[in-house]
Amino acid sequence: MEKSLAHRKIEEKFPQAVLDSHAQHGDETLILRKEAILDVARLLKEDSELQFNFLMDITAVDYLGRQPRFEIVYHFMSLPFNRRLRIKLQSDDLYPTVKSLTPLWKTANWLERECFDLYGIRFEGHPNLTRIMLYEGFEGHPLRKDYPKTKRQPLIGPQN
Amino acid sequence: MIPSRSPFDPQNPLEGRVITTPFDKVLGWARKYSLFVYPFVTACCGMEYMSVSSAHYDLDRFGAAFPRFSPRQSDVLWVVGTVSHKLAPLVRRVYDQMTDPKWVIAFGACASCGGPYDNYATMQGIDTVLPVDIYIAGCPPRPEAVLDGVVKLQKMIQESKQVWK
Amino acid sequence: MDTKTASPEKEFFFTATEPEFRTQEMLLNMGPSHPAMHGIVKIAVKLQGELVVDADIEIGYLHRAFEKSCEACTWNQAIIYTDRLNYVSPIINNVGYCMAVEKLLGVEIPPRGQYIRTLLCEVSRVADHLTCVAAAAMELGAMTVFLYMMKGREYLYELLEDFCGARVTTTAVRVGGQPADLPEGWTEKLTRAIKEVRVILKECHALLTCNRIFYDRVRGTGVMKADDAMNWGFTGPCLRAAGVDYDVRKYFPYLVYDQVDWAIPVGTQGDNYDRYLVRMEEMEQSCRILEQCAKKIPNGPHSVQDKRIMLPDKKDTYGNIEGLMNHFKLIMHGHGIRVPVGEAYQAVEAGNGELGFYVVSYPIEGEEKDGCASRPWKARCRPPCFHFVAALPDMIKGDMVADVIPTFGSINMIGGELDR
Ligand code: SF4
Repeated sequence: MEKSLAHRKIEEKFPQAVLDSHAQHGDETLILRKEAILDVARLLKEDSELQFNFLMDITAVDYLGRQPRFEIVYHFMSLPFNRRLRIKLQSDDLYPTVKSLTPLWKTANWLERECFDLYGIRFEGHPNLTRIMLYEGFEGHPLRKDYPKTKRQPLIGPQN
Repeated sequence: MIPSRSPFDPQNPLEGRVITTPFDKVLGWARKYSLFVYPFVTACCGMEYMSVSSAHYDLDRFGAAFPRFSPRQSDVLWVVGTVSHKLAPLVRRVYDQMTDPKWVIAFGACASCGGPYDNYATMQGIDTVLPVDIYIAGCPPRPEAVLDGVVKLQKMIQESKQVWK
Repeated sequence: MDTKTASPEKEFFFTATEPEFRTQEMLLNMGPSHPAMHGIVKIAVKLQGELVVDADIEIGYLHRAFEKSCEACTWNQAIIYTDRLNYVSPIINNVGYCMAVEKLLGVEIPPRGQYIRTLLCEVSRVADHLTCVAAAAMELGAMTVFLYMMKGREYLYELLEDFCGARVTTTAVRVGGQPADLPEGWTEKLTRAIKEVRVILKECHALLTCNRIFYDRVRGTGVMKADDAMNWGFTGPCLRAAGVDYDVRKYFPYLVYDQVDWAIPVGTQGDNYDRYLVRMEEMEQSCRILEQCAKKIPNGPHSVQDKRIMLPDKKDTYGNIEGLMNHFKLIMHGHGIRVPVGEAYQAVEAGNGELGFYVVSYPIEGEEKDGCASRPWKARCRPPCFHFVAALPDMIKGDMVADVIPTFGSINMIGGELDR
């Protein structure tokens, strides 16, 4: 497979960063080393030939029973070049820690909070990493595969 | 009951001009046509609530559409949509702030029983935390069903024993 | 003559800096249940007099575990949950999700199906914008506009009802095509509805666009400039109001948007008024798309002719044994559509902006069969209005407290999509 411009640029600048890549169903995907995300994101955003100026989405996937268990997925879009890019980080820690993208995109703030709330991913350097969808006092991270779907933690009313 | 227009008879001054009826009934009649609602709109059912309360279906002709956004001024709490566990204390609080007599309508499947959602975040019906008078089925209920629910509530108000101090 | 005597006003008016009138910051909670918050969200604003100096937003009151619910059901069953994301234009959600799954399956639906989807999407887009403008106008006191627009929406709901039987939660799309063809006389009805909507748009333009009261309240409030908007991840009308012409339908064309002629309206200042104008103009553009599609719609099948994906016709299900078996194979527990392992992201333009679905298929233990999965491993939705609400504190800072209402109305927060 021919390497895309973004792939080549990243490899040039951070030779160790890219672990794997694929373009399944036409979605260009890079799997990076976890530590490299902030630098790579800065490159993607600021390089004049890439200009990935939109951070569309941050989410995580829990592949329970596989190693590595967690994947943190970023979707970028470049408006001037009309291109999309997906970046994935992998981690096998129970509470993976990755660098926050809040210095680059303001919208990363809430996206990361949501990811923390529902998956328990820790974002280093985030200004306010608290629960956003659920409430204080909720235990566990419900979108993890080992959280039972109907395990309720009501504030008032009957317990389950 | 329309009083007949018989000519005034000085011998029998009340004839045809006065109806006698139990106090309860009058009060019920007055109450059922002056329902001030508190729409607690949370989710998709709100779209149908909007349809019902606007011109096409016109809830106003039943005397039950005037929204009051202060719980202290309203009689009927419409819980329209899903109530999550995070929201439950707030619904309860709104209910507690309403003055008596008060009624509750659970609008839609979610408010009645949880609807399509059975998971860690949603409550299985608001009747786990507050008493409900009318359940309107549907996801969301069609406007006709809502009108039916309102008429049922009015009937219920008319027939129930009126609390009055 | 001594000109330096104190001016007469001085004796009667104190400026805020004088010690007698020391002001104090005040914290005001708007919501969670507030007449101007359609949906449940809490905005805590910090006020200096009437100026908003800071704001804090609490969301999550309508978190209904969209993803967890989707993971527990089959590919087609998950469609009902996508309905309830943006419940004002559910069909666009359905289409987005189904297209993502179709991408995983590697199928493309036939042209007629694509045209039907486009028609339905645009009908819902008009309904979405109507609702947004109506609610925003009502909160500013324009009750007539609300009633007119709700009337217009009723015509569109009738169209949807004719197609799928439901008004709001439609579930009108399946993985692999449409469950049914357009009913007879639908396009004629559509033409009539478009005519009605155009009349309503004209009336509302007359009521609002040059209305002094409305103009003064929305012009220059809730400003979000293009650079900031991109940084916040804005898409849809809110981004276009700031002057960036990003529209998924043009940039990454899907369905048949590249075969019809329409334009992207853009604003200049990114304030509430521009957002309102962009929405009004988009409705007109949607009407144009609808008209062209209704003319161009080709004949042919409306879904893929693949027995492993689409249910057979009801006629076959009840009429012959193959159809019945086929139906069972797709419906029964443990059977159903099998989607190859992989991941796909599909973006569509919803009423509010880019609505993305990131769907992962991964073999579930015990249910796996030749590398295919019968349930979504993950179905993530990228909600457009999440980003708007995140940026709301920035937009209302420096405005008056009364400007919070139009700003909140014009970003069109939809609870189901925001909290999922
Ligand atoms: S009953 Fe259905 S339409 Fe109503 S709030 Fe629940 S899911 Fe939405």
